[in-house]
Amino acid sequence: MHFVKTELRAAAIAAALTASLGLAAAPAEAKVDGDTIILGSAISLTGKYSTNGIHAQNGYELGVKMINDNGGVTVGGKSYKFKVVYYDDESTPARGAQLAERLINQDGVKYMLGPYSSGLTKAIAPVTEKYKIPMVEAEGASRSLFTQGYRYLFAVLSTSEQYLASSIALAAEIAEQNGKKASDVKVAMAFENDPFSLDVRAGVVEDAAKYDMKIVIDDKLPRDLSDMTSTLTKVKALKPDLLVVSGHSKGAATAGRQISELKISTPMIAMTHCEAAKVVEKYGADAMEGLLCPTQWAETLSYKDDLFGTAAEYDALFKKTFEGYKTVPYQSAQATAAVMVWKDAFERANSFDTEALRDAIADTNMTTFYGGIKFSPEGNNIAKPMVLRQIQDGEYKVVAPVKWASSKARHPRQPKY
Amino acid sequence: MLDNISILFQAPIFAVDLLVQGLLIGGIFVLAAYGLALVWGVMNVKNLAQGDMVILGGYVAYQCTLWGMHPIIALPIAFMLLFALGWGIYATIIRRVVDRDMFTSLLATFGLSLLIQQALNLRFGPEVKIAESGFGTLDFGDLTIPAIRFVGLGLAAVLAVGLVLFMRNSRMGQAIRATAQDPRAARVLGINTDRVYAFTYALNAAICGAAGVLVAMIWNIQPFYGIVHSIRAFIIVTAAGLGNLPGVVVAGFGLGVWENYSGFIFGAEFAVAAVVIVLVLVLMVRLFQMYRVRQVVR
Repeated sequence: MHFVKTELRAAAIAAALTASLGLAAAPAEAKVDGDTIILGSAISLTGKYSTNGIHAQNGYELGVKMINDNGGVTVGGKSYKFKVVYYDDESTPARGAQLAERLINQDGVKYMLGPYSSGLTKAIAPVTEKYKIPMVEAEGASRSLFTQGYRYLFAVLSTSEQYLASSIALAAEIAEQNGKKASDVKVAMAFENDPFSLDVRAGVVEDAAKYDMKIVIDDKLPRDLSDMTSTLTKVKALKPDLLVVSGHSKGAATAGRQISELKISTPMIAMTHCEAAKVVEKYGADAMEGLLCPTQWAETLSYKDDLFGTAAEYDALFKKTFEGYKTVPYQSAQATAAVMVWKDAFERANSFDTEALRDAIADTNMTTFYGGIKFSPEGNNIAKPMVLRQIQDGEYKVVAPVKWASSKARHPRQPKY
Repeated sequence: MLDNISILFQAPIFAVDLLVQGLLIGGIFVLAAYGLALVWGVMNVKNLAQGDMVILGGYVAYQCTLWGMHPIIALPIAFMLLFALGWGIYATIIRRVVDRDMFTSLLATFGLSLLIQQALNLRFGPEVKIAESGFGTLDFGDLTIPAIRFVGLGLAAVLAVGLVLFMRNSRMGQAIRATAQDPRAARVLGINTDRVYAFTYALNAAICGAAGVLVAMIWNIQPFYGIVHSIRAFIIVTAAGLGNLPGVVVAGFGLGVWENYSGFIFGAEFAVAAVVIVLVLVLMVRLFQMYRVRQVVR
């Protein structure tokens, strides 16, 4: 009797585990309910990535709303509306992968939007790949995502090695304008020791080698960095011409504070995530004057499309739709662009078949308010460059590439500490 | 690495810079470690939530700045608030694990650590926050040192001296020391050890709260940054030897200086590794000493 009870209990636990892991039998047909096409996304609504996760969700929602309000998606002569099913991945890769399984197996979702961050995308991509479900993602920039041979993963954003590479080109250009050789430029690098920042570093190293620049500091900052005094002391000692820093929002917050406190006088400083870390608001416009900050998108760029109009019009609409935004994060803009890719693919494929859709996404060649979108065979967007902005009098002005620049780069930077 | 060492010899001002900055931050490390030494030594509780209490204190400072106050004013506020919170945590959680095995207290305080992190994340979000002091910097020739670091060290010193005097001269301080030596004997002599434990844990939380205010003014805070402060506190207490409060002070300053030099010489990525290597060396020396003592007894 005891044995039977134990066996029954074990069977019940196994069944519960199987169901919770999403391994139970699932509907196999494509997820189109009546006139609604269901997209799925596991995204960080809580946990350490929740701020950017919510920015991305808002971007998806604005894309869906505008598409639905403007005639929806036409497939086979019939108009469909988009709807996104979200699950909160709690900023945890394992949970993200589990929820992707659930979306695909239990909820029958066949069309995926990406999560926030490269780490979460890395966790989910093997799942979507296993089930041959196309995923258009907007928040995973790590180059290593596109070296795995994935067929069903497509990213609308520029990959991470491009983030700071443009600062090297700008330093070379300025050196030549000043009668120096590009190879005279001394570069100091401080990058967080995580996949994203190391990809950013790879791009900088590659470009510095192209110009034969000398790298005088190559520090890798720990993930929980809150003090980079020793690195900045080295910067004071070696006087580089360019300092490049990458370490997400917390790295930018630490660097911004200590660059100001230690009165670092390097003539050119470029770092990622200035805006996300709110360096101007935190440390003042005077101290942050002249910092170069890469961005995937800016509202001052001259990109436009038929749905949203110009980048500036998207910016205004976003602020009107969602309260509390003084500036629109590029994370939201690229999330909206991912939804636009799905609409375009459905209409060109004229089908709900995932293979036909995958091929249609792979053939994407469109212009949006966010920039051009065209995927390489590896799945990353090759039609849109990164943009470099400079903090000038407290405002972020586009200074490179020159084609879209709204201001001229100020060099050397002249902060008031 | 050799290039970096040669910089220190060619421009000794930077060697001095690293030394001064290290000593200044060492003072903050000492505070959290001092609290841990108390809780570990008196109650035998390994408090994994130590760093999270530091961060909690930092958020008190941040909240005060949101209310338009200068973060320094948050120091007594954080001290008192965390004292009350510490007492509450003792009454609800720690009291039940004091006499249990080591893993029970580790698990309980680990759970507490997660609870604090997620509560802060829920309230303040995951972005990095600061409590700007606005004190500016002090220039000594080529040396530029943020004034808040001097203020932080001064406040940390005042707190530490106050605590030492309290432990030596007050009745509660004496009761804490007696309980640390032999809780059974203390009970026999009429000391309410449960109250002593509650006070000790609350005092530890209060010290962490005060340290957190200094941390928020000197560095940045984020709900998940507590682990760094916990690790530092554990390293300092272990290196100093349990119950050795002057040792905690020396180890705290030493850690600050060593972190800065190793970050400069080996690169920032090896600064923490260098600290852990020192800890391993200290433990090996300690084990060797204990082995020798045992041989003498035999």
